[in-house]
Amino acid sequence: MQLEHTVESDNPTQSPRETFVLNVGPQHPSTHGVLRLKLVMDGEYILAVEPVIGYVHRMHEKMGENRTYVQFLPNPSRIDYLSAMHYMHAYVGVVERALGINVPPRAEYIRVITSELNRIASHLVWLGAFLLDLGAFTPLLYAFDDRERILDLLESVSGARLTYCYYRFGGLCNDVDAAFVEGARAFVKHMWPRLKMYHGLVTENIILRKRLEGIGVISAELCRKYGATGPVLRGSGVACDVRKLEPYSVYNEFEFDVPHFGDGDCMARYKVRMEEIAQSLRIIEQAIAKLPIGPIMAEKVPRVVKPPPGDYYFAVEAARGRFAIRLVSDGSEIPYRLKLRTPSFSNLALFGEAARGLLLQDALALLGSLDLVIPDVDR
Amino acid sequence: MTIAEPYRLVAYLIGILAFVGLNAAYLVWLERKVSARFQRRAGPTEVGPEGLLQPIADALKLLSKQVIVLPEADRLLFRLAPAFVMAPAMMCLAVIPFGANLGARDFNLGLLLVFAFGSINVLAILLGGWASRNKYSIIAAARVVSQNVAYEIPMLLVVTTLLLSVGTMNLREIVSQQSGGVWHWNIARLTTNPLMPILFLIFFVCMLAETNRAPFDMAEAESELVAGAFTEYAGMGFGVFFMAEYANIVVGSAVGTVLFLGGWDSPVHVLPGVFWFLLKLYGLVFAVMWVRWTFPRTQFYRLLNLSWKLLIPTSLGALVLTALILKLR
Amino acid sequence: MVAALRELYVGLRSLVIGMAITFGQFFSRPVTVHYPWETIKLPARYRGHIVLVRDERTGRPRCIACKMCERICPSDCIAVEGVKQPGETRKSVTEFKLDFTKCSLCGLCVEVCPVDALAFSKRYNLASTRKADFDRIDLYKRATEGLPK
Repeated sequence: MQLEHTVESDNPTQSPRETFVLNVGPQHPSTHGVLRLKLVMDGEYILAVEPVIGYVHRMHEKMGENRTYVQFLPNPSRIDYLSAMHYMHAYVGVVERALGINVPPRAEYIRVITSELNRIASHLVWLGAFLLDLGAFTPLLYAFDDRERILDLLESVSGARLTYCYYRFGGLCNDVDAAFVEGARAFVKHMWPRLKMYHGLVTENIILRKRLEGIGVISAELCRKYGATGPVLRGSGVACDVRKLEPYSVYNEFEFDVPHFGDGDCMARYKVRMEEIAQSLRIIEQAIAKLPIGPIMAEKVPRVVKPPPGDYYFAVEAARGRFAIRLVSDGSEIPYRLKLRTPSFSNLALFGEAARGLLLQDALALLGSLDLVIPDVDR
Repeated sequence: MTIAEPYRLVAYLIGILAFVGLNAAYLVWLERKVSARFQRRAGPTEVGPEGLLQPIADALKLLSKQVIVLPEADRLLFRLAPAFVMAPAMMCLAVIPFGANLGARDFNLGLLLVFAFGSINVLAILLGGWASRNKYSIIAAARVVSQNVAYEIPMLLVVTTLLLSVGTMNLREIVSQQSGGVWHWNIARLTTNPLMPILFLIFFVCMLAETNRAPFDMAEAESELVAGAFTEYAGMGFGVFFMAEYANIVVGSAVGTVLFLGGWDSPVHVLPGVFWFLLKLYGLVFAVMWVRWTFPRTQFYRLLNLSWKLLIPTSLGALVLTALILKLR
Repeated sequence: MVAALRELYVGLRSLVIGMAITFGQFFSRPVTVHYPWETIKLPARYRGHIVLVRDERTGRPRCIACKMCERICPSDCIAVEGVKQPGETRKSVTEFKLDFTKCSLCGLCVEVCPVDALAFSKRYNLASTRKADFDRIDLYKRATEGLPK
């Protein structure tokens, strides 16, 4: 891209406006991770955006081709560390689908509970970071206080706080105890009034509303063009959720809504995520009430995992959108190809078009509302 | 014990310098503690008891930093700008009465002097931003100028409205008129002017904008322009700007206390007046911090819209209304 | 006009509600733990670095040096050596080195061990000035401290 170029104005007697390139560099408080944005700006307005990615490329797909199925287990959690359980779910799901293993119901229910807790934790991080970008410093700490409870719960059951390596092929690696169930119940009870508090402190706030309403409108057609999914898509009016469209695990046994709002602006995406926290709480309540007793590991799980040759696919609704794994197996212990379809990559792709003509502040608000995790973009 | 006049004045001015310096340093500590309590954490606790020596540690750190003056920056202006920011705050405090007999100078045009000196602040930040010869500093300095100019107007209109009711510019007399308990303070004197609370609110909002505090801190929005107009200042230059921001908050709160909250007047006559003055002063400072840690930042055009389209018409309306009320009385 | 006034009223009310919420939080106790003067109790399953488990009867590490953990580790962190002592049916471990700079605490080694010889410790505040304390943690030495040769 040329460094300095002029923009021809409509009036030929006026001299062309000069633009400059602003580099929102890899190190910047507002880009959530290591993302470089080359902005061609005319004064305060953005004329063109070029995101430069690849600073956190860790070659997960290459590692998938060089490790056995069991050895790859720690990796999915680290692709998007904020919603690690969902990524684990997709990986063990695709291998279980390939091997034809049926997971016992107790394990499925616990997977749902932990996944939904993780979704809430991820949305709380998004809430804090987004508001930090907008200049409100306090809700970050309130969100992290709530998130701390979730992390303590998940730590008691898996031993790790962020990159849980908790699911295994055929079930879970260890069982939950009554303390976890009680803790989850207590957390749900604690979280409902906290949502009201967030609504009072943040959502209703006139300054925030003016900052988000009508800003960064993304149409459903733009989402379709770039393949954006998740709250970005649901904030543009399309009620598309993998848990309802292609139900996996035991999600079809639970009653929950898919929040969607038609405005397509930052406020719609914000409201979608806050509603999703509420719906996740509903799912957790139902799952705790119906938690069956039984084994947590399927019976016949082969020691050496060698799926039959073929092409397998599994998609989950991660916190950021649709995460899918395509596994091509050639019958050996090591996958032939492990393709990871990450939601943040597609969500970032539409930023180039959506940010045109916005003020810098509004573009950064739009970037925050897309909820990107850059390691998820780069894998 | 009466002291000869020039010596009394000098003693008071030294006292004011000490007050401003102490405030500037320890308001940083107060802000950190207050923000920590709002965020349910502890704040500084290690350096000294309850972190009270933290500002000293920070000052030592700033003093030990290398002050880098870029070769293309304007040497003289770059070094002068921090002084220009700090000096007006100190001058304004010279006319503010801290107590019944505690004022450096009893000035008949005290109110005018305060606002005259307050406007120099804008010039100083523009100077600092321009002398840095840095793209971002100039953008931020330009923003600060337009913001400050926009918000001075409603502030002056509010003060003019108050002047209509009060009739004098002498700050000590303004306070004396408010003696006699809470109902005599200007903010509650609805019989003189029913719009007094609204005037106070407008004054408070304008004070927030004049001192570049959130939610109007576009000039130093860390997440967008690294440090705004002060990007190129390192070490003590930055420290002085920082302290000057707090000194301005103190001045703004002091003026607000004197004009609206009764100055040194107290409902119960237990302690000397200066104690009540300081209590109200720090109450307003606490409110300034409270607002900062609760709300997000506005957009720049909304900031200006708020002033030009909402506050100025409201304060003009209040001025006209007050004039009518006084005429019809 | 009425709509503008209503919007102004709603806006001001939202600001006041927000300030009331933070004011309420001002008087609540801090939720932070004042580390290092206070510490948190770690859960039982906490994943510190792995350690060799001693057998209760013999007091020696249970490890039979079958190298299954070495093979399954995705990051090649483990180096095990063992010899078959005279009179024993299985090998016993003589050397067990862990490269903690690469370990991702996945727990695969702990799960795959046929004799449950590995377990997670609770050591998290490791600090040292020597690199060997991290990339060549001698687990055999740790497990056999105080035992006769």
